[in-house]
Order: sequence, then structure tokens, then C-alpha cells
Amino acid sequence: MSAGGKFGPAIAVAARSFVLFALLAAGCAVAAPAPVKVGSKKFTESVILSELLTQLSAANGVPTEHRRELGGTRILFDALLRGDLDAYPEYSGTVRQELLPQLKGGGALGPALSAKGLGFLGPLGFDDTYAIGMPEALAQKLGIRRISDLAAHPELRLGFSHEFLDRQDGWPGLRARYGLARLKARGLDHDLAYRAIASGQLDATDLYSTDAEIAEHHLRVLEDDRHYFPTYEALVLYRADLATRAPEALAAWRRLVGQITASDMIAMNAAVKLGHRSEASVASDFLARKLSVRTAPVAAEGLGHLLWRVTCAHLFLVGVSLLAAILFGLPLGILAAKWRRLGEGVLAVVGVVQTLPSLALLVFMIPLLGIGTWPAIVALFLYSLLPIVRNTHAGLVGITPDLRDSAQALGLTARATLWEIELPLASRSILAGIKTSAVINIGTATLGALIGAGGYGEPILTGIRLDSAALILEGAIPAALMALTAQLLFGLAERWLVPRGLRIGKRSG
Amino acid sequence: MFELLGVSKRFGATVALAPLDLRVQPSETLVLIGTSGSGKSTLLRLLIGLEAPDTGVVRFEGAPVRPAQAAALRRRLGYVIQGGGLFPHLTARQNVTLLARHLGWDAPRLDARVAMLAELVQLPKALLGRYPLQLSGGQAQRVSLMRGLMADPQVLLLDEPLGALDPITRYELQADLRNIFDALRKTVVMVTHDLAEAAFFADRILLMREGRVVQDGTFEDLLARPAEPFVTQFVRAQHAPVEARR
Repeated sequence: MSAGGKFGPAIAVAARSFVLFALLAAGCAVAAPAPVKVGSKKFTESVILSELLTQLSAANGVPTEHRRELGGTRILFDALLRGDLDAYPEYSGTVRQELLPQLKGGGALGPALSAKGLGFLGPLGFDDTYAIGMPEALAQKLGIRRISDLAAHPELRLGFSHEFLDRQDGWPGLRARYGLARLKARGLDHDLAYRAIASGQLDATDLYSTDAEIAEHHLRVLEDDRHYFPTYEALVLYRADLATRAPEALAAWRRLVGQITASDMIAMNAAVKLGHRSEASVASDFLARKLSVRTAPVAAEGLGHLLWRVTCAHLFLVGVSLLAAILFGLPLGILAAKWRRLGEGVLAVVGVVQTLPSLALLVFMIPLLGIGTWPAIVALFLYSLLPIVRNTHAGLVGITPDLRDSAQALGLTARATLWEIELPLASRSILAGIKTSAVINIGTATLGALIGAGGYGEPILTGIRLDSAALILEGAIPAALMALTAQLLFGLAERWLVPRGLRIGKRSG
Repeated sequence: MFELLGVSKRFGATVALAPLDLRVQPSETLVLIGTSGSGKSTLLRLLIGLEAPDTGVVRFEGAPVRPAQAAALRRRLGYVIQGGGLFPHLTARQNVTLLARHLGWDAPRLDARVAMLAELVQLPKALLGRYPLQLSGGQAQRVSLMRGLMADPQVLLLDEPLGALDPITRYELQADLRNIFDALRKTVVMVTHDLAEAAFFADRILLMREGRVVQDGTFEDLLARPAEPFVTQFVRAQHAPVEARR
């Protein structure tokens, strides 16, 4: 009889199912990376601009990948510096105010950027500056035309995008310049702000001057009478080494300079956000009309294909990070149970990791690992550790003293005691920990889309941006189903892994 | 068999065992008796190395017993505790054979030994496939005894083996246990708080109180030649309920 007893085969079953999973993940083959990678921020205009760049260079024979809808300015800029991206659309004001603060007072962008190994193309033609907008009817009623008029109405409910709320050239500066200290502002997603305005829950919000919704929601753009907002000319930031690596791409992109007017941009934004067309086809139309560039016809991605693709990506994120968390979490839990001092330390550390907001953890990963799948996996791995470590520890520590003594008195080796007695007795608790981890992991992995890791977060982010409940559900429903499936599978796994003797009830008599 | 020299043990501020010298002779049945907290279980746990002495040394067949390297030594000792201490995830048979399988016994040898022990402890063979939760208290204790005897140890250490049983089961098992001891002629050290039980099993009784041996002798010694008033008090306390009915 094998030394592993009943638990040995169970381990083998677990190992086999992981191999099966690895094969499945391999079946979801990942395409080879394109030589040029263009990024976009998670708002429509940025996605359209990047789509223009992607299609232009592709039409000139440079395969180009578009990494869509990444979390924020800092994420894109860091990814550009690291080389995870080769180019992305940016605004002059953002560069001066936030990315290269030494240029705040003025000065040329070129030298400062080239010192960092970057270059820029532009301006592309339009100026997308910040503005403050409020419903036309309300503005008329209160007689508000200029931003300075707001000071007399501290009762107004302001809602700003998180970025605007925090950054130096956003709300803090605006409030100081206009003396708006009495007004309260809260942060929310830019796309949600329009909905809040439409439903009367907000009175004013920050806008971009090319937003499609300005007309749609009948908003009045307040005059910046103290000239607070700097100009935000659209341009393209790129890595200087692109000039040698893919000069054709740069040459193609250069044709966009000065070609996109503010009304072009508003029209394109409206076509996507209000006309429900894809960014790719809107960009393709623009290129044909304005630059006479024919791009390959863009077929919209079918629902089936989209679901398969994001399911694969999500499964990969969850599977790899969870597997790693099990491989590290189990031994950590065992160590923590065996050496109490060490155990307290280990539990404290993984506990602290758990208290970090998942979004923050993702962003911390960027300077270390860049953007994309692997930093997301590392963040998810760290996030999945606590339930596994804690439940392994609790399961082992919770073994009653009489069983512990019996095992010791039997004269088994420490190793045999662990495998034959302690782990089987703790198996239910350990499995419950892994189950908790899996469910948390599947939910949290939707945030991976913010750093370009794909998965179910991708349709969710796009859905929020386009105000499309259907798209949000295309990500949210499968994510919920995956979590339910995981619950179900772990329920079945329990029958395999938890020894029968622990599952039967006490017999009467 | 066992030799203890100046062995003492304390848990925090509590003295569990005052310095003690003791010899356990081969083939004798020694019963440790006393009130709760008298140190009798601690003494048993010291014998098998589940506790390390604070002072002094415990020797088994001349070799010192230390918890760290006690695994090999423990295989020569059988240990049975109150309630049986059976592993709930293993069947009765798996509980009994766990160590032997680790020592690499082959199937015929395992089967023969299990059959022999089931016969000895009078456990119906059909029960061997059951899990501990499916066994009654008496059955579990018989399985535990089989587990303790599996590797044919030289010594059997029992910590209140009949403690958790109802009176009828207890009476049956008591008789069976006595027969087993007589058949095997092993050295037995047993802990109990029941004087009648001690009298029933013991060649020699160690009456303990607050970590100290009050008297070391036969049951008759306790009755006829009490070492101090506490011995008489203890004997009387155990008899009182029955006496009161007479």
C-alpha cells in the first residue's frame, strides 16, 4: 500500500486537474506581439486617436497593436518610459502640468522629452481643454455664465473625475484661483458624471471641450474668465528609438499633424458614443476622407469571438495567479503553523497586502513590471495569498491536542505526520481558503483591464465608457458565471480531497 | 524498563511534577492514580517523550528519552488515550496499520497481524472498514488498543483508557483488558483516577498528589499501611458513595 494513503491519490487528482487547466490555457493561444504598440487612455477620444495611429502604421506595412483603455495618464507614461508602449496620444497641458512639471512655466517640449528618450508629433490640430459644464436650464435659472459665478452658489453639487479632483492643474488649482473654497466636490468616473447630471444628481462637472455629450445633454460650458485652464493640444508621444526601429510608422503618423479639427473630433466622439459605431470604423472613415488612406475593412468583433477571447484572458489571469498562490500559500501556511513567531509575521504581512485596495496594488506593479498580463497576475497572486495562508494555518492549528499527541506517540516521522495526519485533517479548511481566493480572484481580475491585461474587465470598462449596459453585462455576467462555476468545481473537489471519514455524520448509539 | 532520575516538570508557575526517582520493572502493571492535577498524566507523557523534563533524565532500556529524537523509541511503546484518539479521516483498519505501513510491512503480514489483534481485543472484523465517527466509544477504544499493539511494543502506556465510557461498556472492556494484559505479559503503565480500576489491574500503585508521589506500593499497602492521612482520605472518598448505601 502506498505511503500516501487516501490523501496521496487526492493530491494526484489535483495535480492532474492543474495540468488539464494548463492545456486549456495553452489552447487559448496568445498572438505574437506586434512590433509597434500603441496605447490609449480609457476615454473614447484617446481610443479613437490611437485607432487612427494603429491603422495608419498598419496601412504602411508596420503591424501595430493597440492596447486599449489603460487606467490613466501615469500608467501610460510609465509604460512608454519602460518600453511596454511605443506611442500614445497625449495633451500638451498634461505633459506640462503633470508629466514634466519643469515645463509648467513654459519652454519647449522637445528637449525635455528627448532627455527621457521620448519624442512628440503634433499638434494634431484640436485643443481638448478642461472646462466646467452644467445643465443649460439650471445655469439659466441661476444666471451662471462664467466659472467665477459659481462662488455665489455654494449649494451646488459638483462631481469631478478622480483625475481632475486630484491633479494640481485640476480642482485644487481651480478652487484657489476662483475662490470656490465653500463648494464641495466629490469624485466619480467621468462617464458616470454625465449620467448623474442627466438624472439631476449632480449640478456641474468637469468636461473636455470635445466631449460628444455637451450637445447631447444640453450643457452650458462655463467661460474660463480668469484663464485658469492651460491649453491641451492633442499630440502623440512616442519613444525616440522608434525612429530607427519603425521609421515607416513615424512617417505615417506625421501625416496626421494639423489634420484633426475640434469639430472633426467632436463628430468622431459623437459617432462612437452616441452613434454606437466602433472606434475602428470611425477612424477608418476619417482616414479615408481626410487623408485618402485606405485601411483594411474593420469587421466588428462578434459576441462569440469577444466572449471566447476575454474568457481565455480572464481564465489565464485567474488560473496562473491562483495556482501560484496555492503553491506559495500552502507552504507559508504550514510554516506559519509550525513556528508561531514566524507565523505571526507571515500572517501580518499577507494581511497587510490584503488591505491594499486592489486598484492601488495594480498600479504599484507598473514601475516594477510594466503593464499587461504579468503585473496583473502578480497583483492577483498577492491578493489571493491571505485566504489560503490563513485557512491552512487555521486548519493545522485547529487540530485537537489528543490527535496531535496520538500522531506523535505513534512514532511517525514529522513528514509523514504532516502528509498523513495533519494535512488531511486540515483539508476542509484549506480547500475553503482556496475557494474564497478563487472567487475573490475572479472578481478582482476584472480590474486587470485597467493595466491592459484584458479579461472580463475589458467589455466592462468599454461599457462604462460608452454608457452601454449591454456591454457591461457582457463582462459582468460571464465573470459572475465563472465565479459560480468555481464554487461548483470546488464543491466537487471537496468530495475528492476531503477524506470521507471527515464528511460522514456521527452515528447514533 | 524505565528509569527516572530527579525528573521534574513545571508549566509556568504550576509544578506539575516535583523531582522524582522511579523505576518501572519489566512485565509489571503499574497504575498511576490521583486526583486531577496530581501529575499522573504528565508523568506518563514524560515516559513517551511527549513532554521533556525540566530537570533530571528519563531512560528507557538505558537510553535517554528526548522529544526530538523519540520517533524510533516510540515505536517500541504503545500509547492509548482517553477516547481513543483515533484519526477521523482514516478507517479503523487504516488507523491500526498506519505506522506499520510506514515501516514497510507487506500485505500478508499486515493482514495477519490485524486479524490476530482483532481476535485479541474482540472486535468484529466488519467494523474495521468503518470510520471512527461510525464506532461506539467502546469499539473505538478497542481499535485504539489494536493501534497501540500493532508494532508489538514492549510497553503499553494507557492514559485513562476507560475514562470516557458508560459503566456497562467500561465493565466489559475492563475484563477484556485484564485478559489481554495477562495474555501478553507486557509492561503496562496506566493512568486512572478510579481506585477500583487501579486495584483491578495493578501489581503496583503509585498514588500521586500535587506533583508528588504520596505512596508507592500494592493496593493492600494503601489500605493497611497508608503512608500519610491523605491516602486514607483518598481511599475513603472513593468508597464513600457505596459505603453510604450499606
